[in-house]
Amino acid sequence: MSVRDDVAERIPGGDAGLIVAVLLVIYAAYVLAGVGLGYSVRGQLNTIGVLTFYIGVFAMLALALNLQWGYTGLFNIGIVGFMAVGIYVMALVSKPLYESGGAAQVGGLGLPLIVGIVAGMVAAALLGAVIALPALRLRADYLAIVTIAMSEIVRFSFLSGELQQFRLFGERVGFGGGSGLILDFTNPLEAFFQSFGLWDAYLGFVSVFEVIIPNNPKPVVDGLVYGAVLLGFVAVYFWLLKRTGESPFGRVLKAIREDEDAANSLGKNTNRFKIKAFMLGCALMGLAGILWLMTSGAVTPNFFRPRITFFVWIALIIGGAGSNTGSVLGGAVFAALLYQGPRYLKNLIDTVIPNADAPSGFGPAVSPLISNFDPAPLFFYTIDSVRQLQLVFMGLALIWLMHNRPEGMLGHRKETAAGIPLTGSRASASAETDGGDAGGGSDE
Amino acid sequence: MGIAETYTRGRQFAITRPGSVLVALVGAVLLFDLVAGLATGRHSFSGIGSLVWDGLMRGLVVGLAGIGLSMTYSILNFANFAHGDYITAGAFSGWATTYLVAGFGRADVGALLLVGAGGSVFGGTLGIGVTTTPVAVVAGILVAGIATVALALLVDRTTFRPIRDADGITLLITSVGVAFALRYLMQFVFGSDVRGTTSQPPAMALYLVDGAVRINAHDVALVVVAGALMLGVHLLLQLTKLGKAMRAMADNEDLAQITGIPTERVVRAVWVIGGGLTGVAGYMFILWKGTLGFNDGWLLLLLIFAAVILGGIGSIYGAIVGGLAIGLTASVSIVWIPSAFARAAAFLVMIVLLLVKPEGLFSGRSTA
Amino acid sequence: MSDPDATNVGSDHAGGSNGGRDVPGRTDAASNGLDLGSGGPNVDEEYPLQVEGLCKTFGGITAVDDASFRVERGTLTGLIGPNGAGKSTTFNLITGMLRPDAGTVTFDGEDITGQKPHAIANRGLVRTFQIARELQEMTVLENLMLAPKDQRGEALWRSVTPGFRGDVVEQEEELLERVWDVIEFFDIDHIADEYAGNLSGGQRKLLELARALLTDPDMLLLDEPFAGVNPSLEKRLLEHVHELREQGYTFLLVEHDMDLIMENCERVIVLHQGQVLTEGSPDEIQANEEVIEAYLGGNV
Ligand SMILES: Nc1ncnc2c1ncn2[C@@H]1O[C@H](COP(=O)(O)OP(=O)(O)O)[C@@H](O)[C@H]1O
Ligand SMILES: [Mg+2]
Repeated sequence: MSVRDDVAERIPGGDAGLIVAVLLVIYAAYVLAGVGLGYSVRGQLNTIGVLTFYIGVFAMLALALNLQWGYTGLFNIGIVGFMAVGIYVMALVSKPLYESGGAAQVGGLGLPLIVGIVAGMVAAALLGAVIALPALRLRADYLAIVTIAMSEIVRFSFLSGELQQFRLFGERVGFGGGSGLILDFTNPLEAFFQSFGLWDAYLGFVSVFEVIIPNNPKPVVDGLVYGAVLLGFVAVYFWLLKRTGESPFGRVLKAIREDEDAANSLGKNTNRFKIKAFMLGCALMGLAGILWLMTSGAVTPNFFRPRITFFVWIALIIGGAGSNTGSVLGGAVFAALLYQGPRYLKNLIDTVIPNADAPSGFGPAVSPLISNFDPAPLFFYTIDSVRQLQLVFMGLALIWLMHNRPEGMLGHRKETAAGIPLTGSRASASAETDGGDAGGGSDE
Repeated sequence: MGIAETYTRGRQFAITRPGSVLVALVGAVLLFDLVAGLATGRHSFSGIGSLVWDGLMRGLVVGLAGIGLSMTYSILNFANFAHGDYITAGAFSGWATTYLVAGFGRADVGALLLVGAGGSVFGGTLGIGVTTTPVAVVAGILVAGIATVALALLVDRTTFRPIRDADGITLLITSVGVAFALRYLMQFVFGSDVRGTTSQPPAMALYLVDGAVRINAHDVALVVVAGALMLGVHLLLQLTKLGKAMRAMADNEDLAQITGIPTERVVRAVWVIGGGLTGVAGYMFILWKGTLGFNDGWLLLLLIFAAVILGGIGSIYGAIVGGLAIGLTASVSIVWIPSAFARAAAFLVMIVLLLVKPEGLFSGRSTA
Repeated sequence: MSDPDATNVGSDHAGGSNGGRDVPGRTDAASNGLDLGSGGPNVDEEYPLQVEGLCKTFGGITAVDDASFRVERGTLTGLIGPNGAGKSTTFNLITGMLRPDAGTVTFDGEDITGQKPHAIANRGLVRTFQIARELQEMTVLENLMLAPKDQRGEALWRSVTPGFRGDVVEQEEELLERVWDVIEFFDIDHIADEYAGNLSGGQRKLLELARALLTDPDMLLLDEPFAGVNPSLEKRLLEHVHELREQGYTFLLVEHDMDLIMENCERVIVLHQGQVLTEGSPDEIQANEEVIEAYLGGNV
């Protein structure tokens, strides 16, 4: 059946194999490029750590969005608002109590990190419910406008002076306003290892790296390990959402996406399903926001501009809405090619052709080209402006995808929504019940 | 009998539309608070007057830009997220012209064309204003309109037309791509600094009970230009066959096709009218507020969506009234809430309206 | 193909697994059709569906205009009328897809007017659509697996929590068995793994009917279920409908094929311009001047 042709079927290990293969290709490309240009080991490992970080966060966010859009057809373009609520509430709960004279203007409630993380997720889910309860009956494009407006309201709220500082349970707490909020809780990695009593072991592990990175390997190793932790979270998200999708619950979500009236007429209370799916997705977005920012030392409201929402959308569209495997792949490809790729390329070019004095603006960059055919300044200005131009590329990539491959890189692929494999003939249905892999591809 | 009937009908309304009643109640409380504040001297008449005037000006910009968005939304059936960046494009093209005309011979042409990117030349230094350099301003308005029409047609030709039959969500996502590409291309060319564009315009003080409401020449220019264009669109859509064709298409595209209304031509006309208004709106917005940055249009976009939805998608009067309502909300709301939440209040008005009356205030009166 | 077991779609679950259901075999009471006995104590029992004074206008068009009728339990009742008579709209009003401007709908003695479609379906009143509403990007199997009521795995927590998932999987296996029975009966096993969007018009109709049956309803409202279905299958489906009817299921059938209606229905309700023109046995309807006129006046 032509519609169900599937790359994953031709790769050993199926979906997991495909994800691993793509990740390996991405890493190999980065390492090769680095080696070719004589990057130091430290530089290489740093690059890999950063790349892994972004693969992790975008894969998580794309998975969460896939639950809402890919499965349920809920057009949420307020992702960044749920991320913001996640990290801000987490900070409120887990920052240490206020001490006068400390670096932080405001304190938190001083509760353990894990409590803060759960609180952040719950807050994001509740915000989702507040929006979902009235708004889910709206048309998709109206829901889109409501959610993006909501995410801006969230940003304005954290920016406002009124919430900069207030009292909660007698403690001086707050969101810091426009100047940002210092995240002065325990280093999450340290807290993580300490909770297993492994912090000393970890420090020992870090010192091993002195062999290849002679001075101060800790930041580099921290980055790599945190990246690995994020990939662990991606695996958890994947597992959770695969289970969600491959169940009667997921089947109703899919039906809602296809035709809500039909699902209703079969006795499914579709609003309940939509709210649950929306809230779960929002909680996962909140957690992704927490994981993205909790090691960054500080947060400012203006980090949470709508463009991050659209990054996640591009990631999901690259991978293909409707498929969890596609979401992970989309997150990885987006992070590697469109998000980190141009910046890495700029670093590489800077190493090869050092340019101390790139022109400061477009004018000085083009005037030599016009007056004496000297393209160098424009070239350097272009390289220097990679952070803006990459957004242009993203926009063009999005247009290209919508024109040429709206169904994403995996093709028209939907994972079967059932707790057991549903295969094309009755005999094999009972024989394969314990097959385990519920990717449920057809074998015709 | 009259009273009893009114009462019954009122009760019926309250039961079937509890949301509307709640909204009306909140509005009444706020209005009462305002009147009480004015009576007790807590608010000054001139202070409120200034806020209202400011809101009306902002509302005119939003309304003018909203007409185009509303037209494309109803005729092409998608929410165009690139519309905000059409506004910015209009602003940059128009202001480059104004700078060039006003500053020719006094500054480097490149700097003028880039609207003084990187602080290379300042609008204030060039003495730009509707009274001081009227020719430059008029040229700017014309170029802003024309350039935006060209841009809208180009984008449609390359990007939207190949997927004309796709669903609204596909088109919406595509328009996000257009928005990204345009916005950051403009940032690449014009830089990311927010520059001042005008010199201080002459102003007059209008005395209102306890103080002055200041109205400057650029306010007046905005009122004149926006008013004239709105009237022009009204006449165009009322008096020409185009208006009728557009109404037919907004109602039912397939039917319009069958009855022989050349839909592609209508679509082109919509981009021309909408693009032109949007570009001029972008230019006037900058003239009015006196600063220009690459994010201006995008920041305005959500307010415009709010206005268009408020007024009812497809209705140009709705867009105008919605624009004024949203502009007033964003301005006057700071009487009751902290100013950081002024934009939030405008969004909230839109969200509440979507929930209470999703078809908009002017529904059923599509395009004219 | 029609081995006796497979023919028994849904029925084996009707009595056993679902204790709450009550399907009295009322075929005997059904025979004395004309005696309406209004006000009798058993009126609700005998007439699961009662529609009173239903009205619906769209803008200026009056689609349903003060329509009143009732459907007797255990019958196959036909609802006929020219195109645009308001049949589909009536179905929408009964099943909560549309809210009536006036009038009431009573099902099993309870007023269900204005209830949500899913609530009405869960009461056992299930409809199919004139234009099949197959879930296009789901396979035929997925479409059918969706239908059964009370699925444990529809609770999110149970589907994801380790230790509870086993329950879900176990029920899924049972459901799949039941689904395969239906698939084999409808003779669509060769397309079981196909996306519903790729089916032919007739196949979609079958899918729609099969899906409705899998919800285990008490009463089915079928909106032109045989349009595009090949004649031999149509015959088998009708046989099956009769079988279910004999077990106490009730059917209200919209169909354009007059012969089919006259041969299969005990009662026929004629709708014309949103109003009930007349109702009676097939013979009475065929002899009725008004009906003939309505059909000749409108386009059949
Ligand atoms: N959603 C709707 N909006 C406007 N008019 C409708 C709608 N649904 C049905 N109608 C009109 O109501 C009348 C009855 O339609 P319908 O119930 O579909 O008739 P039937 O099923 O008997 O052919 C027709 O005139 C149809 O055009
Ligand atoms: Mg019909």
